[in-house]
Amino acid sequence: MKFAVIVFPGSNCDIDMFHAIQDELGEEVEYVPHTADSLEGFDGILLPGGFSYGDYLRTGAIARFSKIMAEVVKASSVGVPILGVCNGFQILLEAGLLPGAMRKNRDLAFICKQTQLKVENNTTMFTTSYEKGETITLPIAHGEGNYYCDEETLSQLKENNQIAFTYHVDNPNGSLENIAGIVNENGNVLGMMPHPERAVDRLLGSEDGLKLFQSIVRNWRESYVVNA
Amino acid sequence: MSLMLEPSPEMIKSQREYAAMGLTDEEFAMVENMLGRTPNYTETGLYSVMWSEHCSYKNSKPILKRFPTSGDNVLQGPGEGAGIVDIGDGQAVVFKIESHNHPSAIEPYQGAATGVGGIIRDVFSMGARPIAVLNSLRFGELENARVKYLFKEVVAGIGGYGNCIGVPTVGGEIQFDPSYEGNPLVNAMCVGLINHDDIQKGQAHGAGNSVMHVGAKTGRDGIHGATFASEELTDSSEGNRPAVQVGDPFLEKLLMEACLELIQHDALVGIQDMGAAGLASSSAEMACKAGMGIEMNLDLVPQREPGMTAYEMMLSESQERMLIVVKKGSEQEIANLFAKYDLEAVAVGSVTKDKMLKLTHKGEVVANVPVDALVEEAPVYYKPSNEPQYFRDFQAMTNVAPVIDDYKETLVGLLSKPTIASKEWVYNQFDTMVRTNTVVPPGSDAAVVRIRETNKALAMTTDCNARYLHLDPEVGGKIAVAEAARNIVCSGAEPLAVTDNLNFGNPEKPEIFWQIEKAADGISEACKILSTPVIGGNVSLYNETNGESIYPTPVIGMVGLIKDLAHITTQKFKNSGDLIYVIGDAKTEFGGSELQKMTEGKIFGKSPSINLELEKLRQQQLLRAIQNGCVASAHDLSEGGLAVALSESLFGTDLGARIIVHMEAVTELFSETQSRFVVSVAPEHRVAFESIVQDARCIGTVTNNNHLTISHEQDGLLIDTTVQSLEKAWKGAIPCLLN
Repeated sequence: MKFAVIVFPGSNCDIDMFHAIQDELGEEVEYVPHTADSLEGFDGILLPGGFSYGDYLRTGAIARFSKIMAEVVKASSVGVPILGVCNGFQILLEAGLLPGAMRKNRDLAFICKQTQLKVENNTTMFTTSYEKGETITLPIAHGEGNYYCDEETLSQLKENNQIAFTYHVDNPNGSLENIAGIVNENGNVLGMMPHPERAVDRLLGSEDGLKLFQSIVRNWRESYVVNA
Repeated sequence: MSLMLEPSPEMIKSQREYAAMGLTDEEFAMVENMLGRTPNYTETGLYSVMWSEHCSYKNSKPILKRFPTSGDNVLQGPGEGAGIVDIGDGQAVVFKIESHNHPSAIEPYQGAATGVGGIIRDVFSMGARPIAVLNSLRFGELENARVKYLFKEVVAGIGGYGNCIGVPTVGGEIQFDPSYEGNPLVNAMCVGLINHDDIQKGQAHGAGNSVMHVGAKTGRDGIHGATFASEELTDSSEGNRPAVQVGDPFLEKLLMEACLELIQHDALVGIQDMGAAGLASSSAEMACKAGMGIEMNLDLVPQREPGMTAYEMMLSESQERMLIVVKKGSEQEIANLFAKYDLEAVAVGSVTKDKMLKLTHKGEVVANVPVDALVEEAPVYYKPSNEPQYFRDFQAMTNVAPVIDDYKETLVGLLSKPTIASKEWVYNQFDTMVRTNTVVPPGSDAAVVRIRETNKALAMTTDCNARYLHLDPEVGGKIAVAEAARNIVCSGAEPLAVTDNLNFGNPEKPEIFWQIEKAADGISEACKILSTPVIGGNVSLYNETNGESIYPTPVIGMVGLIKDLAHITTQKFKNSGDLIYVIGDAKTEFGGSELQKMTEGKIFGKSPSINLELEKLRQQQLLRAIQNGCVASAHDLSEGGLAVALSESLFGTDLGARIIVHMEAVTELFSETQSRFVVSVAPEHRVAFESIVQDARCIGTVTNNNHLTISHEQDGLLIDTTVQSLEKAWKGAIPCLLN
């Protein structure tokens, strides 16, 4: 499986995402600049964390107009798995590929720490390697991760089983219903604030993020075999 | 228009305009003498910033000469953007610490943010990839609203810059004391990694080569920042807010990536950060180091606003700019490289042979001064030094242990003191793990960052207990280095080298200069004995508010090498049943201790003593024990003594400890005697450990009941409490003071 890591000006978790895929998952991966006009040949698309365009104006608000985003939108419509982490999630929200919006953290400060998450839905292509209800540890590092959506959207998210991860026990940023990660209706786009790519090596404290990437690969292989 | 407002040379002289820029009458006379004429306004500005303490070290040079600066592994000592130490395999570590104290006192968020930005630039200007930042902070007591504001904003500013640029903030240290109330200290350290082949120097070689201005445009911010940093703060310093720069970490992220690509380009000749004194210092220093001159046409300098004068352009400290020298003819290629990152690279001049800094603006020569005069011929002052009476009084006191009633309450009290309490509130605001190499994040003795594609890691720390330096600057200086090395060793690393940030008061006062001298002597001796040369650093003097000086605070930044990832050790106890050892015995040493501060409300007497040879022996033995795999955890004893160190070793675990002590209880539990460690060892390693570490004494065992129980051989139970209750006090203290 071949992954693209999209690099926006100001992305800074691109290298972490790259190493997680190449070194720990053992799959093919390439950096793709924001100015590229094609994502052909890639089987999975990763939008990394960071501060695209300095987070100026609003997180993700400028990056969504990058040339590459038209290709990301196109890929999403044909079912390509797309993962946005942290700033990547914020960009997916701004691009309208996921519903809702981000507010500043409840305490108005940047927070970086390990958090406990609950796997709410283990039937998405990103989560099948987890148990439903499993508690995992992934780090967060953000200033604007306080997810919000209106009531109607929230009930749709619940109805369609789109909430993938919630914060367990302690909600670090004030996000609605403890939401930490959501998928789109089709289930091929996941946005999440915690960083699975920072949790793929026991040396650094947790490898609970690895299963997320393994889920993507396994489900892609299965569908690939079926479609072939 | 604004040119017309500039006074003529005659007016500069007759109205002593130079004095407002920071030059003394004697210095101005020297300039006239060197030039053979009276300097114009721009030239006076150039001399005033280049001869400021911040740029010229004119007051501290005689002191800096005392430091040992060479060693087998030192590839670059003081004098460039940052020092470099070989770590084998063709790689080297690059690091430096720098202060941004005065800007942070006036405009804390931007002051701290640009402090981080500046030190990161120093490191990537050497060709190195920044891999970590650390800090060392000092504030007044967290009691009044102004101090809380400064503290919150400084922390936010450090995070705001480091988080955005994507360099992890992995460590630091903070102390609180009234002497810093009006003059907080904000020191930032950056560590980078480089291949030997990529090492760059800030030198302008090759007559005819092009000088290019890259990165942000030059604006009017930060003019005379270096001069402002070389004066005392007063009630009117708020008016100097325009001398504080504004940072743009996003732009610096782009600049960093562009410069790291540039390093690989054959056309690059030299590169230097435009930091303090901006274009003036970077151009003059690059020319001087190469024995050349530089000619610049200031009309070509990218400017953020119209109507800037030559004076303003040369003295601006606008952030996120670099000055580079490239081979003649390669300008377009270099401009294209920067354009990929949406950055400007503009040729503004060229290298000349005549050793002059010659500036033209709007068709006129606006400055023509010898670069050597600006960079190397600043006057050097040997300030008078005088041992203060307070020191003699302290030395005459005898060491006594404070009297306490309740050991547990005393321990809870110590753990709640902001200097000891958990700094989670601070470091949770920093991205400590971006780039996914942080093996040991903040909260242990030293931070550990692995080096990808090797089995090695780097340990790093900042340290300085200024209370000891206040009581005895020489001994305190030794302790600062020794403690840093102790932290490095506890993490499993061999100490490599030091970068220091000498924060002191006004050196023109003989008692302050005495502190500087003595501290430097102490640091020098410790660096020699512990084989950690000083490879660079920064001097920040005039840290006074309305005539009151800060404690002498020479912050030591140290980096160590972990040769095998398996050696990485943290302070936390690991397994129930492990044996707990203390290395070294306690003496009745409470001068400057946390307990003295808490019980007496002030510090006095003698600082704890230190025997550097003993320190070295114990460090070497402990490191050998760690490398032999017989140590489960290691933690140095510092503020608060043994009881605090034991508590810290338990926090974040669900373990407990049962301890028995033998000597006088207050001394055993709370003395701050130096060169001591708390170590835990699995029972099967007992014999091996004891055969390596001479002065280790087994004092108890790790238990699984989450209780800290300390008894005295004769007096019975001293402390028996849940670790949870201690941890709650320790974690809650700083958030509680801030709310």
